Amino acid sequence: MAATRFPTPTYGLLAEFDAPQALIAALEAVREKGYRKLDAFTPFPIPKVSELVVDHRKSKVPLIVLCGGLLGAATALAMQTWISVVDYPLNVGNRPLFSWPAFIPVTFELLVLFAAFSAVFGMFILNGLPRPHHPVFNVERFERATTDRYFLLIEAADPNFDRERTRELLASLGASEVNDVDW
Amino acid sequence: MDTTLSIAEARLEPQADLDRLMRRALVVGLAGAVATAAAYVLAPLVFYRSYLVGCLLWLSVAAGLWGLGMLNHLTGGRWGVLARRVFEAAGRTLPFFLLLFLPLWLNLEALYPWADAEHVAGDSLLQKKAAYLNPGAFVVRTAGTILLWSLIAYLLSWLSHRHDASGDDGLRRHMQRLSAAGAVIFVLSGTFASVDWIMSLEPHWFSSLFGVAFVVGQGLSAFAFLVPMMIFLGRRQPLKGLVKPRLFHDYGKLMLAFVMLWTYMAIGQYLIIWSGNLPEEITWYLARNTHGWKLLTVGLMVGHFALPFAILLSADLKKNPRRLAILTFWVLAMRWLDFYWQVVPSAVEWQAAQGLLPAGPRAGFHPFDLAPAVAIGGVWVALLAWQLKDRAILPVKDPILKEALAHG
Repeated sequence: MAATRFPTPTYGLLAEFDAPQALIAALEAVREKGYRKLDAFTPFPIPKVSELVVDHRKSKVPLIVLCGGLLGAATALAMQTWISVVDYPLNVGNRPLFSWPAFIPVTFELLVLFAAFSAVFGMFILNGLPRPHHPVFNVERFERATTDRYFLLIEAADPNFDRERTRELLASLGASEVNDVDW
Repeated sequence: MDTTLSIAEARLEPQADLDRLMRRALVVGLAGAVATAAAYVLAPLVFYRSYLVGCLLWLSVAAGLWGLGMLNHLTGGRWGVLARRVFEAAGRTLPFFLLLFLPLWLNLEALYPWADAEHVAGDSLLQKKAAYLNPGAFVVRTAGTILLWSLIAYLLSWLSHRHDASGDDGLRRHMQRLSAAGAVIFVLSGTFASVDWIMSLEPHWFSSLFGVAFVVGQGLSAFAFLVPMMIFLGRRQPLKGLVKPRLFHDYGKLMLAFVMLWTYMAIGQYLIIWSGNLPEEITWYLARNTHGWKLLTVGLMVGHFALPFAILLSADLKKNPRRLAILTFWVLAMRWLDFYWQVVPSAVEWQAAQGLLPAGPRAGFHPFDLAPAVAIGGVWVALLAWQLKDRAILPVKDPILKEALAHG
């Protein structure tokens, strides 16, 4: 069991730097070492930092949207077929009960609707939203991320994460302080 | 890359490649022309219908490219800057189609029931429509439309040529204003032209969506041709290494939009007519749902919509010029099939009504059906290559050229 490897459950390690250059250098170094589950917190936006933090793997959202769209189309077709053929058969101009051309507009609409919802909610879920509280707030010094300190977070979920060795690595990269982030 | 390219530096190098493209296209065109002549002699019933289909296909490519050029002047966008000279060259080929319509004008009654005086005498509806649908008016409208398109295309081309030399920003504004007027004229006259050229094959029938569907189809044809053309240009100086996957990604996305728009028109027209099921409207679809034509109708739904739509969803494919080009050749073939589907069932109905066809199923593909499309395509591509020669292949003074090249 992965959880038993740690005496207390840890969300990750938070390293504190005094200057943005130090943070960027550290980010480059940990990426070099293969760490990918990273986050950084700075008092002002630094484009280079966002570039290094973002996981450049392909997003799964398109696939979710595709599935959502297909589900919407299937739902609409099934619903209209059931209504027109089983539940309330009506003779309209002597057409067959299963007159699929008439079902196209609603099928298209539900396809778009489900696809749009899948896009929004898929994005929410993949981003772990909604998240009213984030574990980094458990570290008291994190307050200074809004004023004059630059933080680097490596999540314990990263396959390369090892509490002791990752801590040593961060310290060697010039972090003024490395804190455990408790859940 | 320096954007202060001179016109001479911006010519396509080696120019001999354009000569070679021209020669090869001409050879293909002449082979097709021989087959077309054979069709004229051996199978005149096949000749007229397939000649009209071939004409419409390549006119849709040429006019579509000219229209896209104007659209790009109006909306801006980097996707159109590198292709502008193709748009302009295609516009300059438009007068060629005036010549192409000649064989049809000489024998309008071979395809159009309203051109047959004897038939009109026995049809009170056609007598009422004769003020508009008569051979003289048809010729004047067709010639007028193509001349008007050519005039605007040549004016735009001339302004663009002067802009290359001077870089005067006023000329750019002139091009934008002319494009605004031209775009309106393009869509309106395209609507009228589609009524004349295709809808009047079945002169009792009418659909108000038809014209827009025709113009949208032209845009799709244009993108389908543009992709292989840009691959050809992108392999040569001065564009070598500058036409990047992102450009093809843009073309792929626009093509997807046009595929969906075409489908929207096709489904919209079908749904309205199918729901109403009125005797004077449903004939168009009845003719294409019986006599063995149903296979073609279903084939169009799959080949013109479902397949390109599903394939174009992939971002990787759109960024891969080679694979995208394979798809665009398929789409071009489907554009041909779409015109075939529009023209041939009606033409065959008319031939049957004249008693020119034996009894039995009327659907049937004839090998000669392809000949005019090949002949006209070959000659037209040769004309386009000729028009691209000796000119700057890039709008050298365009203010967003640098940005467009970086985007590539």
